[in-house]
Amino acid sequence: MEYFIYLTTTIFIYAILAISLNLVAGYTGLFSMTQASFFGIGAYASAILTTRYGLPFSYSILVGILITTLVSFLVGIISNNFKNDYYMLVTLAFNAIIFGLFVNWQSVTHGSLGIYGIQKPALLGHLFPESISFLILVFIFFLPIYLISYFMVKSPFGIALRAIREDEKVAQLFGYNIKNYKLSIFIIGAIMAGIAGSLFASQVSFISPPSFALSESIFILSMIILGGLSDLNGSLLGAIFLVILPEFLSFIGFSQEVAAQMRQALYGLALVFIILYCPKGILGKYEL
Amino acid sequence: MKISLAIKNIRKNFNGIIALDDLSMEFKKGSIIGIIGPNGSGKTTLANILSGAITNDNGLFVFDECFEVKKINPDETAFYKISRTFQDVRLFNQMSVLDNVLTVISEKSIFDSIFSKHTDFHLKKVKKILEETDLWEKRNCLAANLSYGQKKLLEIARIMASDAKIIIFDEIFSGLFPEMIKKIANIIKSLKDEGKTVLVIEHNMKIITDLCNHVYVLDNGRLLAKGRPKKVLEEEKVLEAYLGK
Repeated sequence: MEYFIYLTTTIFIYAILAISLNLVAGYTGLFSMTQASFFGIGAYASAILTTRYGLPFSYSILVGILITTLVSFLVGIISNNFKNDYYMLVTLAFNAIIFGLFVNWQSVTHGSLGIYGIQKPALLGHLFPESISFLILVFIFFLPIYLISYFMVKSPFGIALRAIREDEKVAQLFGYNIKNYKLSIFIIGAIMAGIAGSLFASQVSFISPPSFALSESIFILSMIILGGLSDLNGSLLGAIFLVILPEFLSFIGFSQEVAAQMRQALYGLALVFIILYCPKGILGKYEL
Repeated sequence: MKISLAIKNIRKNFNGIIALDDLSMEFKKGSIIGIIGPNGSGKTTLANILSGAITNDNGLFVFDECFEVKKINPDETAFYKISRTFQDVRLFNQMSVLDNVLTVISEKSIFDSIFSKHTDFHLKKVKKILEETDLWEKRNCLAANLSYGQKKLLEIARIMASDAKIIIFDEIFSGLFPEMIKKIANIIKSLKDEGKTVLVIEHNMKIITDLCNHVYVLDNGRLLAKGRPKKVLEEEKVLEAYLGK
């Protein structure tokens, strides 16, 4: 039962992350490779503030949101000047820079040693030490994020995002300030990723830089390509599929180490299969 | 009749090649103006400058005989109420026909667009436009799946939904069968009747003669002739430039 709850919690955390990237990449066409960095900023903010300064989780998540907003604002402003492949490269470079900070800013992040002993949150005076309580807390975050995203993509704002994805010059011709739209959704996506990061740090109680490396950004991108670009349920489905996949490998007899290695190969295979035979993903509405 | 846009001494140079050379024109409100000329004469460059896709090197734009600007920036075209179609149709391909038009009439401010939704007013307006362009039945189809003629109609439907006062049709009739040409010509006439200024870039002389009140002929980025279509198209220098006679 504990294992099932842990897995479900992980799925919801990654679903938040996948939704955050789907808003940016699937709906707006900005294939950002920085999402793992915002995930990491949220995680580190929470971990540092709760373990070192004894701040409650609720404050730490707010500070995480603030820092993610500031960093995503800067990254967004710069990357807004690029398009397509160059956009991917620039955001990839930011991922590398922020990853470098996680590794090398040892006085703050403890570098490769990471931060351990992160407590499960106490929110609104209620303790969530039990895994089931933590699952409920994660769901309390997931649900409004899903609903906000749902109403956002159905609103005129969502239509504008898709128009920008399709042809930003034409969208501009009809009066949209595309730079501001792109920056807004980039920041919104980063905030969501930061929240997922805070929850992740609390769940695993130990964080270190490899959890927020480029491979993690690719992992999140794989989720939304597999589940479906431009579809929120696709994000959830992608998260379910890719979180369960390595666990399934363990079940069928592979050792944890082999399963972990095969994970990357299977993600790659799944991506190739989807792009070849189902280019919109399982539930997606947008074809690359 | 009031002049909605005058361009004065517009010049554009692409790495030493002069695309537009000291070009001046006046576009009257509520009229259809033909812009013709051989390939490479500068017609599409002019459309691109007017729609902010590229910027001119020199010259002035005078709107409604009252305010002047030196350049039209891409994010200002909606402010100046200029819209256009493209030689190669540019739609929001992976969006429905309905959403293509809704995009045009949606709230543009980010904050308001997040917290607003499309009302009956928006939907009725879109329905009316899509019915006029025979696209209502296709409203839920992806734009990418429309036929070539329907794609052109959808581009026009978006223009109709916008509050543009100056509209540029860049070779809108090319590749269309006669019925569709007639239909689009009627839509253009109705836009003129609404008081809009319509610029038609076209190669088909019959369409120009039938549709336009005034025509400008470009050759090598310069103004070769202007006036009433029938008269201009009989001028020897125009025939020489156009037909090589």
